[in-house]
Amino acid sequence: MAGPPIGLPDLAALPQADEEDVVLCAIRTCSRLFGALLERRELFVGQLPEEETSLADNYSAEDKYKIWMRHRYNSCVNCLVELMGHESFQVKELSLTTLMKFVELEGKYPLVKAEWKGSFSFPRELLKVSVVENLIPCEEDASLLISRFQEYLEYDDIRYFVMKAVAENIGQVMQKTKEVPLPIYQQNVFSLISSISMPSKENEVVSFMVKQANQEEWKVSKLKEHKRAFERMWLGFLKHKLPTGLYKKVLVILHDSILPYLNEPTLMIDFLTVAYDIGGAISLLALNGLFVLIQQHNLEYPDFYKKLYSLLDPSIYHVKYRARFFHLADLFLSSSHLPAYLVAAFIKRLSRLALTAPPQALLMVIPFICNLFRRHPACKVLVHRPGGPEDLSEDPYIMDEEEPSESRALESSLWELQTLQRHYHPDVAQAAAVVNQSLSELEDDISGLLELSAYELFDRELKKKATGVPLEFEQVRGLFGKKDDLFAEHFALE
Amino acid sequence: MGKPTKQRRKGQVAARAKGPSGAGMAMVKNNPFEVKVNKQKFNILGRRTKHDVGLPGVSRSKAVKKRTQTLLKEYKEREKSSVFKDKRFGEYNTKISPEEKMMKRFALERQQNHEKKSIYNLNEDEELTHYGQSLADIEKLNDVIDSDSDTEERGILSAELTAAHFGGGGGLLRRKALTGEQDEEEEKPKSRKELIEELIAKSKQEKRERQTQRENALELTEKLDTDWKEIQTLLSHKTPKSERKDKEEEKPKPDEYDMIVRELGFEMKAQPSDRMKTEEELAKEEQERLQKLEADRLRRMHGKDEQENKKKPKHMSADDLADGFILDKDDRRLLSYKGGKLNVGNEEEEGGNEEEEGESEEESEGEPGREDEEEAIVEEDDATDSPSDLESDMGSEEEVTANEEQKKKHKENEQKLQSEEEQNAKIEAARSELPYTFTVPESYEKLKSLLFGRKIEEQLVILERIQKCNHPSLAVGNKAKLEKLFGFLLEYIGELATVEPPELGTIDKLVLPLYSLCQMFPEAASSSVKFVLQDAAHDMEEMIEVKGRATFPGLDMFIYLKITAIVFPTSDFWHPVVTPALVYMSQLLTKCQVMTLQDVVKGLFVCCLFLEYVSLSQRFIPELINFLVGILHIAIPQKQPQGYTLVHPFRPAGKNSELLLVCDKKDMETWQKQNLPLSIMTRLKESSKTEINHFRLSCLAVCLDLIKKCAALYESLSSFHEIMQPIRVLLTEHIPVSEYPKQLQELHKNALKEIEDKGKHYTSMVCEKKKPVPLKLYMPKIVKVLEFGRKQGGSKEEQERKRLIHKHKREFKGAVREIRKDNQFLARMQLSEIMERDSDRKRKVKNLFNSLATQEGEWKAMKRKKFKN
Repeated sequence: MAGPPIGLPDLAALPQADEEDVVLCAIRTCSRLFGALLERRELFVGQLPEEETSLADNYSAEDKYKIWMRHRYNSCVNCLVELMGHESFQVKELSLTTLMKFVELEGKYPLVKAEWKGSFSFPRELLKVSVVENLIPCEEDASLLISRFQEYLEYDDIRYFVMKAVAENIGQVMQKTKEVPLPIYQQNVFSLISSISMPSKENEVVSFMVKQANQEEWKVSKLKEHKRAFERMWLGFLKHKLPTGLYKKVLVILHDSILPYLNEPTLMIDFLTVAYDIGGAISLLALNGLFVLIQQHNLEYPDFYKKLYSLLDPSIYHVKYRARFFHLADLFLSSSHLPAYLVAAFIKRLSRLALTAPPQALLMVIPFICNLFRRHPACKVLVHRPGGPEDLSEDPYIMDEEEPSESRALESSLWELQTLQRHYHPDVAQAAAVVNQSLSELEDDISGLLELSAYELFDRELKKKATGVPLEFEQVRGLFGKKDDLFAEHFALE
Repeated sequence: MGKPTKQRRKGQVAARAKGPSGAGMAMVKNNPFEVKVNKQKFNILGRRTKHDVGLPGVSRSKAVKKRTQTLLKEYKEREKSSVFKDKRFGEYNTKISPEEKMMKRFALERQQNHEKKSIYNLNEDEELTHYGQSLADIEKLNDVIDSDSDTEERGILSAELTAAHFGGGGGLLRRKALTGEQDEEEEKPKSRKELIEELIAKSKQEKRERQTQRENALELTEKLDTDWKEIQTLLSHKTPKSERKDKEEEKPKPDEYDMIVRELGFEMKAQPSDRMKTEEELAKEEQERLQKLEADRLRRMHGKDEQENKKKPKHMSADDLADGFILDKDDRRLLSYKGGKLNVGNEEEEGGNEEEEGESEEESEGEPGREDEEEAIVEEDDATDSPSDLESDMGSEEEVTANEEQKKKHKENEQKLQSEEEQNAKIEAARSELPYTFTVPESYEKLKSLLFGRKIEEQLVILERIQKCNHPSLAVGNKAKLEKLFGFLLEYIGELATVEPPELGTIDKLVLPLYSLCQMFPEAASSSVKFVLQDAAHDMEEMIEVKGRATFPGLDMFIYLKITAIVFPTSDFWHPVVTPALVYMSQLLTKCQVMTLQDVVKGLFVCCLFLEYVSLSQRFIPELINFLVGILHIAIPQKQPQGYTLVHPFRPAGKNSELLLVCDKKDMETWQKQNLPLSIMTRLKESSKTEINHFRLSCLAVCLDLIKKCAALYESLSSFHEIMQPIRVLLTEHIPVSEYPKQLQELHKNALKEIEDKGKHYTSMVCEKKKPVPLKLYMPKIVKVLEFGRKQGGSKEEQERKRLIHKHKREFKGAVREIRKDNQFLARMQLSEIMERDSDRKRKVKNLFNSLATQEGEWKAMKRKKFKN
């Protein structure tokens, strides 16, 4: 029987220690010590009596020792939880790993008495109170720690209990704040739950941190349970108002890493429709999720195309999500059952907006429009109207009209592309000149052009091989010395 | 084995040269047993057969003979080591030229001869020679001297002679020179052929005359000789020497006049130079040159491919009405028929000639009248140019022409001329102080140390001298060095733009050498400008990745962009430098945040650049309009945009959304339009609020003027009104015009007028008519067959390669065969040698046996005798 280990009383004073090294060493010592004790089952198991009462009562000496040791262990865990808020990342990290080690060991050597034979034991409370709540603090950004924690999320049981804990935590925290947004907290929660990668098949649920006797019956090993937990967590998170930046982030990953893992994806409809109605970039992003719902889950969205039409404003050529939007728009407009007036309105609006677009967007949108012509030959009157009115005083198309059917697009012509034939960029001018001839049958592949960035465009220009370099023949007479130089009018060489 | 074969070749040639005599060959050929006929299986038309008949016996004997002459000799001499040594003077010395060698040898020979002569023989003197002939022979003068030298010697005055003697003045040369142009004196010009025929006839006649003359002379001399011999006996005996002397005296000495004439004949004749061009002609030429360049530029602007030009048929259809408006002069010929034949090629030449004739006639008619004036003008020119001519002795022609051009342009403007002269004087002063030669700086630091801190004029002179001292035509490496100089100079300019305050005056002047360097090395210039652009674009991309937003670059980048517009043509449809620059500028306007007044100025500068780039080509730039809308937006009190939308760098609301808003009434009133100094881009002076307000108003003025320019530029675009819509809304509804000063109000009015004046015209679009696709014609493909038996197809190089491979194969086979035959021959020789040796030995052995047998026999006989006895 071992006596009380030397140096144990110091543990209580751990957080107060100033020097980082000392703290780190102490944590390591505790980790090793209590790890060994847990393995040797030298901690008291079951309902823990009060420390004072235990001394008086008629416990055996061994039990007294175990009870005392268990108290020390509890205080050590408390210390570690406190240390999770330490300013040094190293300390935080080490406390986190130590706590996770305790979680693992407690799972293996449970400190709670099994209620009946074959029941499952998992240190749920320890995980929830000590780890999860500290991973998503309300005040500071914990993304580093969360990325460290990610390796534990590979374990299916840990992931499951974390999801449950997060869902509970969100409910508690948000209830407290009463709809006052907590950007940092929400950011932390998002970084934690977005890093959860769900298994997609039943037989993938195999890696557990704590092995149980009759694994098969444990509900943690059911994919459905996982999905339910996942769903509840996300719904709980999205129920509350989100900051704009976070909104976009959620929408970006929604269709890819959230919707497929929900038991009932249709539950997301409310969230998506709200997002779709917000306008601007958020609407563009919500489109993707809506598309998944419409395509795979039979969602009926009234006036979908009208809404899509109203999404077209000058910013679509400038925003970051241009590629995604046009990819989807291409999908939506690929149906050959769409009425011609609708497609014509889209074509007209897109080309009208193209008058303010940068070259990289133009290079993408012109083939896009040409593809629309190919799919809907009825719209070709926009570029070819023999015997049409010679001299109009106005463009018949009404830009401000929100209803595509009222916009009189089919009566108009595509003068915008004619204008773009005079664009300064040679490739754009050439692309726009395509409409002068009758179009070829095959559709252009725009997938390569969707992601074209301005820098790539520049690079491409620079790498073109030239046979000769033509030179200016007008004799130079100084920096602003050209004939009626524009600069001489407005700028001075001072 | 290569060397012997070569030698054998030579031997072969020699053998062939000697060859069997013609008669022998004929006999052999006639002998049917000697001839082998190669039978042809098929008779193929057009194939020439070389080997249908062979003479195996002859060729074999030839080969054997050749081998015995070469290979056998070599074989027999294989172990001999004696060497032939040429002991002639300087035979193996390559340093002495052949002439010298001959001279030395000759001298040596003479020396030897001289020494060997018996010292007792007084009578014999050296033989005197002239051109290798002994003088004694010449003395007799009875040999026939060829006619040409004869005529010259005697100085007969023929037409050719005078022509030759009086070079430039004579008829022949002039006629020759003027056949191209038109002779004014002759009314009917003779063709060249006629002239030559005439010439030949004349010379023949003259030759005949000379021959008869000479015959007469010979007869006379013979007669004289006989006469003389008769008299000789009567006269006292004279030595032949004196006689010789007399004869020499008889020969006419070339007199002074002839000598001078001949000397003149050999002298370099002054070439007739082009006449000085008059000012008008120069102007016309310059105009034509510019027109050509402009036409070139237009072609590039429209981006017509060269292929398209190639496809153009060489002639127009006869039905062509020639009513299509074509900017470039269409010089295709009209398809026409002449005498039933298609007349394509000749007409042009004829027409050309006619035109030329007409011109020259006009000129010749007009000339006498104008000449005086022209002369006067030329004199004047000379007078004005003389100082510059003097200074240009050390300067290059480019400089002079540049100067002249400048002068011409400023002629009306006295003041400017004066300043120019002042500058010239300054440059002169700088010149006198600086060293005359410079090496090209190898690195940027060297260039900087050379230029930095000097006066502008000095820097210019230094650069000019660097260019001249290291002109690519002077040495091989100069081109590469000067090519680098452009990059260094560009870097230097960039540095000048970044110092505080920027030395813009220097940059303004340094553009000139930059331009001339660029004209010399367009490739190098384009690559260095491209490098600068790439660097800048890369920096911006990096900044966007790291910070999420970009800021405008420094002043140097804007100067670079401006320089690009100066040295390269900005109107091309595609240009290796200008197009990337445009893309970069577009990025500047769409990616860079506008946060300060400096950014506004930079943005406006880029707008100006854009407008300048497309001023000729009138191309459409969406970014420009967007930016101007943004600038107008930040000049109005903050509110949500109505009737227009803002795109990226501008936000409808935020901290910088009232950057150009001026509220102070007083400042408004005191404002005067002034040009924005470029130095503001590097540093905004800490100035009073009033000044900043004035500055804002200036920016706004620039913006309004740019809008006006845009409107003028884009009026021909079909969706002009859609493009200008946001600007119009801003100008009419949002801008608080009434508060602005008068000048600005005026600008605003002009801009708005420019936008609203344009009528709205929309015409339905119609596709170009598609050409009907021609039916496929199943005509046989015709391939030109050049020669039978040649392999066809492939490119020229491929054919050449095949030919060489084939040749190599054949040569290789031939060489192998030759070697085999050589070996056979040698083996035969060796065998015969051995046989000979063997038979010799057998013979000797037999002899020995013989003698031994007789000896034995004798001995036995003796013994028998003895025994008997």
